[in-house]
Amino acid sequence: MKFRTLGRHFKEGSKSVFRNGWMTVSAVGATTTTLLLVGVFLAVMLNLNEFATSVEDDVEVRVFIERTANEQQVDQLGTDLEAINNVASVEYSSKEEELEGLVDSLGDQGQAFELFEQTNPLNDVYIIDPSTPTAADSIAEASRNLDYVYDVDYGEEIVQRLFTFNEYARTIGLALIVGLVFTAIFLISNTVRITILARKKEIEIMKLVGATNAFIRWPFFIEGMLLGLLGSIIPIAALAGGYYYLYYYLRDSINFEFVQLLPFHPFVWQLSGLILAIGVFIGIWGSVMSVRKFLKV
Amino acid sequence: MIEMQGVYKTYPNGVTALNGIDTRIDQGEFVYIVGPSGAGKSTFTKLIFREEKPSKGSILINDFDLSTMKQRQIPKLRRNVGVVYQDFRLLPRLTVYENVAFALEVIEEHPSNIRTRVMDVLDQVRLKNKARFIPDELSGGEQQRVSIARAIANRPRILIADEPTGNLDPETSWEIMHILEEINAEGTTILMATHNREIVNTVRRRVIAIEDGMIARDENRGDYGYEI
Repeated sequence: MKFRTLGRHFKEGSKSVFRNGWMTVSAVGATTTTLLLVGVFLAVMLNLNEFATSVEDDVEVRVFIERTANEQQVDQLGTDLEAINNVASVEYSSKEEELEGLVDSLGDQGQAFELFEQTNPLNDVYIIDPSTPTAADSIAEASRNLDYVYDVDYGEEIVQRLFTFNEYARTIGLALIVGLVFTAIFLISNTVRITILARKKEIEIMKLVGATNAFIRWPFFIEGMLLGLLGSIIPIAALAGGYYYLYYYLRDSINFEFVQLLPFHPFVWQLSGLILAIGVFIGIWGSVMSVRKFLKV
Repeated sequence: MIEMQGVYKTYPNGVTALNGIDTRIDQGEFVYIVGPSGAGKSTFTKLIFREEKPSKGSILINDFDLSTMKQRQIPKLRRNVGVVYQDFRLLPRLTVYENVAFALEVIEEHPSNIRTRVMDVLDQVRLKNKARFIPDELSGGEQQRVSIARAIANRPRILIADEPTGNLDPETSWEIMHILEEINAEGTTILMATHNREIVNTVRRRVIAIEDGMIARDENRGDYGYEI
């Protein structure tokens, strides 16, 4: 298409946006609401996902060794553990090392535990790194049945809950969004339909004198696209502002030590791009629906 | 050149409009299409610019074979066939100039050509001085001249006029007729579907009479032939 022609289509498309008045307002409003919810949902989901993956990647199965086991039995257990399916590596950590780690992780308060150095109450431990995070469950199950195993721990509760919550949130959020997206598409297609009807005569003459179908359709696609674009302005501004506030101000007042928010840059730009893309998609799809149905060319 | 062979047209509602048409119209001819209302005149003209598709038979328009033509080639055909209607079909909010320019803009003609071409055709239909008027400010005859200017702006090889004088008084009808004759003199084929006995009997040209979907009569320098 020639550049000049594209300019004409843009002019015609934006003219209709203004001419349709309240229909434009309602279509843009529906798109705004939709995209705002989509944005919030995406921000939450992406952060949760990131968090879940980081927790997941850290999953390790800790096998506590019976205190009564002798050196040979401990070695045997190590070999047995390595033979379990999906075990990437097995690392031995003595109770002294464990205590040291505990003291370190607690900082100043940990110094209190230094007293236990004489009579260490901890167990020696095998730390298993699963080849895939989801294998942790079966590895824990298999190691529990081995001899000289005192206990097995892999933080199953936290991981499991996180995943369940994530899944629920995703399903409900998606259902809500799909509904809203369709409402927005419907309203945009109605707005474009009004333009098509208002331009019936023009379209007839265009066909008569030999304008191509693409030429006739373009202004309507552009109108839909503009409606989608207009609808994404407020959501992008609100989300960028909100996330900025959350990331730079609230972060200090809430303990986010283990919940790491995705960094403002580039996350907000990616999110904005995504919202813009969804807005444009909604707009174009809406106009395509009307053009297909009402524009017999 | 227009060539029809064994052309039939039955509409989806079961009405048969054309019932076996064979004819050939050469480039540069002036042809009247006459016949009673509902005999198939309109359908005959609509087939030529592919507003309707024949149910059976073959139609050749210049280099276009309408029976094998693909949907997306239709615009190309229509740039070769100008159409004028009884009811003018002008865009009411555009000026005379804009109405004609519109037809060139939408086929992506270069803007610098549009201006000169529009003024040329407005001159040809003698409306150059009314270029800034809107259709409502013009008489019926003037409006029809605008629609003729629009139809020939793209220099089509064929001009179809479907009862162009149907809404006009006798004097104005003659004005339109003279303009059509001038266009024909420049080599454009003209097909004029009409009920205007006076014009047909005065300006003698080829007459194709369509009755019951068939060609009842085809005479060079023929007459209107029907009693009112």
